[in-house]
Amino acid sequence: MYAIEVDKVTKIYGKGETAVTAISDATFQVNPGELVAILGPSGSGKTTLLTAIGLINEPTHGKVIIDGATVADEGWVRGLDLKRLRREKLGFIFQHHNLIPFLSAIENVMIALEINHLTSSEAKSRATELLKSLNLGHRLNNYPTALSGGEAQRVAIARALANKPKVILADEPTAALDTENGKNVMSLLKSLAVENNSAILVVTHDHRMVEGFDRIFDVRDGKIVGEQNSGN
Amino acid sequence: MNLAIRDIRYHRGRFILTSVGLGLLLGVVMSMGGIYRGLFADALAVLNANKADIWVVQQDTNGPFAETSRIPEDIKYRIKAVPGVAEASPLSFQTLQIDRKGKPFRFFLIGYELNGFGGPPVIIAGRNIRQKHYEMVAAKAMKMELGEKIHLGLHDYTVVGITGKMVSSSGDPAAYVSLSDAQDIQFKKDNNAIRNDRERIGANVDRIPSLSQPQAKYLKQNIADIAESTHTVNTVVARLAPGTSLHEVQERIKRWNHFRAISDEEMRQILTKGMIEKARMQLGLFRIILLVISAVIISLIIYTSTLDKIRVIATLKLIGSQNRVIIGMILQQSLLMGVIAYAMGYTLILLTYEKFPRRIVLEAFDLQALFVIVMVICMISSFVGIRKALKVEPAEALGG
Ligand SMILES: Nc1ncnc2c1ncn2[C@@H]1O[C@H](COP(=O)(O)OP(=O)(O)O)[C@@H](O)[C@H]1O
Ligand SMILES: [Mg+2]
Repeated sequence: MYAIEVDKVTKIYGKGETAVTAISDATFQVNPGELVAILGPSGSGKTTLLTAIGLINEPTHGKVIIDGATVADEGWVRGLDLKRLRREKLGFIFQHHNLIPFLSAIENVMIALEINHLTSSEAKSRATELLKSLNLGHRLNNYPTALSGGEAQRVAIARALANKPKVILADEPTAALDTENGKNVMSLLKSLAVENNSAILVVTHDHRMVEGFDRIFDVRDGKIVGEQNSGN
Repeated sequence: MNLAIRDIRYHRGRFILTSVGLGLLLGVVMSMGGIYRGLFADALAVLNANKADIWVVQQDTNGPFAETSRIPEDIKYRIKAVPGVAEASPLSFQTLQIDRKGKPFRFFLIGYELNGFGGPPVIIAGRNIRQKHYEMVAAKAMKMELGEKIHLGLHDYTVVGITGKMVSSSGDPAAYVSLSDAQDIQFKKDNNAIRNDRERIGANVDRIPSLSQPQAKYLKQNIADIAESTHTVNTVVARLAPGTSLHEVQERIKRWNHFRAISDEEMRQILTKGMIEKARMQLGLFRIILLVISAVIISLIIYTSTLDKIRVIATLKLIGSQNRVIIGMILQQSLLMGVIAYAMGYTLILLTYEKFPRRIVLEAFDLQALFVIVMVICMISSFVGIRKALKVEPAEALGG
């Protein structure tokens, strides 16, 4: 079973003369444990594709299947609790870490667990464990403003991993980091995909960052125009 | 984890500052309620102290507080004779303003019969008046010393006792002297005035053609005694024997004695409905305005703090937060601000209310009602923020 299946997904913003086709007929699959990149210039439709898979942005046409469950088929499947699916099956990583400024590192991870109905003590021990595994054990009680860019992004990754999602979606996770920190984040994602057997889909415009990815889709003007496979 | 409290803790400086501001506003609202209750308490202070069943006043007047009432002192015998009346006692009231230590000194002077009722309700220092003349009991608020002498009318009066919180219906502190002293102070004229009177009245007497020479001469010699009747009082208060019909006694006094007999209940109506109604409405209006201002301020603060959190809210939605988490955060913040502001206002008023120039009466019910109102205002005010938050799209968390 694929972690992500995308079948002829099309997204058209607006109607009539002002309609913009941001993504058209995107079709691909991602296996559990695979690290996949969507590479393309700005405005090519990467974020649109990611948010369509992420249950945020309703696809106009086509099918999206997450972890075996069809979530979109010519629009959202009726009767789905999108929020619940997002908390349980998906993890999100953003361009800016998007940590909550008034919560400490550990609380930022705990909140993702608590909204998924863990008790506060369960959440605390899981968050501590996660942050320690990401070498942030000494940063548990720091607020985001006291963290470096790389540290903050690692806390954000911990938050995305908190509920052990099957699928992790990252939108330009390295755009706000320098090259070295960016590469560190990417290799961290690589090891997490293997460790947790989750599918990680990363959107980026920076081809230097996609080293070591299992597969890379090139996107131009809303279309997947090519696929590169890593050598192995 | 409580997001509202975390946010407040993180922005505590800003939060405390706005709460202090709101607290001051609520403190003013509380003080206005207290002033209103104080007006009531002041207006009814003399009534509550005297515990009279009936106030006999000049016919067709709402005296002696709301209107002037003058009746002869000896009415008291006739009132005492009315069946059902247990005791009756004449009282005189006057407001005086003299110079004391170079400052205007204003107070309310009550004259009472030493063997009747209507005198000082309590003595907290010194003693009650014992001599028929030249002794005075002053309210604590007048800040007079025991033994202090004060010149009123033609004589010096010595403070022999201090009574508690006694005020006139307009809030001036009250002092007590014997009825005859009070009448002297009110009516006894100094020698110049007497001479002027004698000349004026003497000229009038000369112009009366029907008087014989000896008659006119006799009248002129006794002008002072004739013209200067000091035996006037403002009211005679009466207490009824148990089981007496109040209404019958009122009717009887009205029909047979040609005076108005106002019951205690009616007097309360006259004092509260008539005399302080406008002040009450004014204070009520101010309170409403201030509460509306508080509501606008709370709405603005909650709204701007929601705007500051758009990205936080979008991120929370994106990672799958339930709406109640977001609504709870905003609502709790608003309520917390209300609670803290209320506590600040309450503390403020508690520390200061005794230093206000007029009496402030803080009633538990008023304070509780205000608390509920503040909570409701906070709830309603947070709606604008909540509405905004619910419209935030999770996709707003993405991008730069
Ligand atoms: N909410 C929207 N409404 C209308 N057009 C949009 C919206 N979001 C994106 N677009 C358009 O869709 C296209 C793809 O945008 P996007 O998916 O953000 O590309 P990328 O992430 O690759 O930069 C762009 O032309 C953009 O202007
Ligand atoms: Mg983008």
